[in-house]
Amino acid sequence: MPSSPAVAAPAKPSITELQRIASQVRRDIVRQVHGCQSGHPGGSLGCADFFTALYFAILRHDPERWDMDGHGQDLFFLSNGHISPVWYSVLARSGYFPLEELRTFRRIDSRLQGHPTTHDGLPGVRMASGSLGQGMSVAIGAAWAKRLNGDARLVYSLHGDGELQEGQIWEAAMFAAAKKVDNLISTVDYNGRQIDGDVDQVLPLGDLKAKWLAFGWDVLETNGNDFAALLDTMTDAKARTGKGKPVMVLMHTEMGQGVDFMMNSHAWHGIAPNDAQLASALSQLEQTLGDY
Amino acid sequence: MSAYPVLDQKDTRSGFGAGLLELGRDNPNVVALCADLTGSLKMDGFQKAYPDRFIQVGIAEANMMGIAAGLTIGGKIPFTGTFANFSTGRVYDQVRQSIAYAGKNVKICASHAGLTLGEDGATHQILEDIGLMRMLPGMTVIVPADYNQTRLATIAIASHDGPCYLRFGRPKWPVFLPNDLPFRIGQAQILQQGNDVTLIACGHLVWHALLAAEELSRAGVKAEVINMHTIKPLDADAVIASASKTGCVVTCEEHNRHGGLGDALAQVLELRMPAPQEFVAVNDTFGESGTPDQLLAKYGLGPSDIVAAAKRAMSRK
Repeated sequence: MPSSPAVAAPAKPSITELQRIASQVRRDIVRQVHGCQSGHPGGSLGCADFFTALYFAILRHDPERWDMDGHGQDLFFLSNGHISPVWYSVLARSGYFPLEELRTFRRIDSRLQGHPTTHDGLPGVRMASGSLGQGMSVAIGAAWAKRLNGDARLVYSLHGDGELQEGQIWEAAMFAAAKKVDNLISTVDYNGRQIDGDVDQVLPLGDLKAKWLAFGWDVLETNGNDFAALLDTMTDAKARTGKGKPVMVLMHTEMGQGVDFMMNSHAWHGIAPNDAQLASALSQLEQTLGDY
Repeated sequence: MSAYPVLDQKDTRSGFGAGLLELGRDNPNVVALCADLTGSLKMDGFQKAYPDRFIQVGIAEANMMGIAAGLTIGGKIPFTGTFANFSTGRVYDQVRQSIAYAGKNVKICASHAGLTLGEDGATHQILEDIGLMRMLPGMTVIVPADYNQTRLATIAIASHDGPCYLRFGRPKWPVFLPNDLPFRIGQAQILQQGNDVTLIACGHLVWHALLAAEELSRAGVKAEVINMHTIKPLDADAVIASASKTGCVVTCEEHNRHGGLGDALAQVLELRMPAPQEFVAVNDTFGESGTPDQLLAKYGLGPSDIVAAAKRAMSRK
């Protein structure tokens, strides 16, 4: 087994600093989607705070030492791959690839495919995702490999709430608890919306917390758009690993968070803003780190 | 068949089990996963010897494929085991996205393929799996001919970097290839030389092709017999070399005539050296319950069917 030097714990940015990063990430999201007039801004905006917290305060990772296996580093898998704009933004802004590459999102010959992929060698991405329901199984496999390799670092995954309608998720949920995969923290973007409408109208999930508890997981809930709550909960989640249960964090978020006309509706799940809408969105989001 | 005496009668799935056990001993990165068919897949030897590297997934094949893909991230070489039907059709999207498109080093090992699964009937007798898997970019597709070759192929795919589909079967079947016959992925084996017709087969039907060649020889026809154990990448040069000598080809497979070995060969011939080709394959239908021998006869996959196809092919030269 390759022995990798341990990756240091991330610096602890202040909540103000994280908010400034997230504002820029939100600008990146709407500009990417506007640039190619295609993509999924709603879920991306809703998860901007989570991704910012994850890559700048939670994950132990080193973009300089990126490789596929990630020995000695925390791994993250995005199962609901359609929110690629937010992932691409934080990957670029944490140093995985040049910021300018965000201009190529969803364009021909780009590594920034509509849905994330390993196919073109984009640093930071370890699995193709887009067809829903598959990422938890993959995260379990990667967590299992870490266990076999004696690697104490953790594996994280993110899933949409609508995605939980896929059966494979529950195969994975049953497996992870039964086999005590306790180096895994899965998270759900619990925004209550999907393409066709509210999740409660399309196919209600019922008591989601009770479902995960019944499957044998350790379950936490938090506000995914509140950095203080998010950081506290993720710290708690980390403390709960290694105790015989996989950990689930249900993150209540608002689809479209940060852009008023994209909030409180499923309408902006997968459509792009026009020029006027872009201007309106950008006027609500402070440019803090410089646009790409 | 003097050149290929029957050495034994063994199921090809046991060749997989034997090869996997050897891999467990020789390669600490090999991990095996099974979806509640450990005995059927002959994975119990590995499970017993290397319990830390064996994962019982339960009846959840989609999850198994995803976990296997994840295991590669960390340098493991996962071998999944279930029936061919559940290794392909049931999990096609998982194999396509999480394994093939993602370029993951997963070995999909599929037993009970084809009609020779027998009495369980058409629900389990997949005849479309070679086609499904060879359509996936980057997927290597291997259909070994007997126990010895399945063992060697199992060992060989561990050293191949990339996704592989290894197809084998349930019934006891003649073992006729030497246990030390070198197996190279993508390199066809010419089992018998001939000038009149080329019989190109994979899997169980390689033996039937040899029997057919023997019968043809009694009628004065010299058939060349090629074991095309690797469907993808296909050894096109071997096909062209033989077809340019014999002038006609018969493809033999325990698979639907659409999508399998015959289709792959037809494309090679059409592009490089058009020649008469006859298909010994299941004629675009589902199977049914019965014994393997009954089914192979009823669906036109017996040695006599190959002989008849060879005569048709020669008549079209």
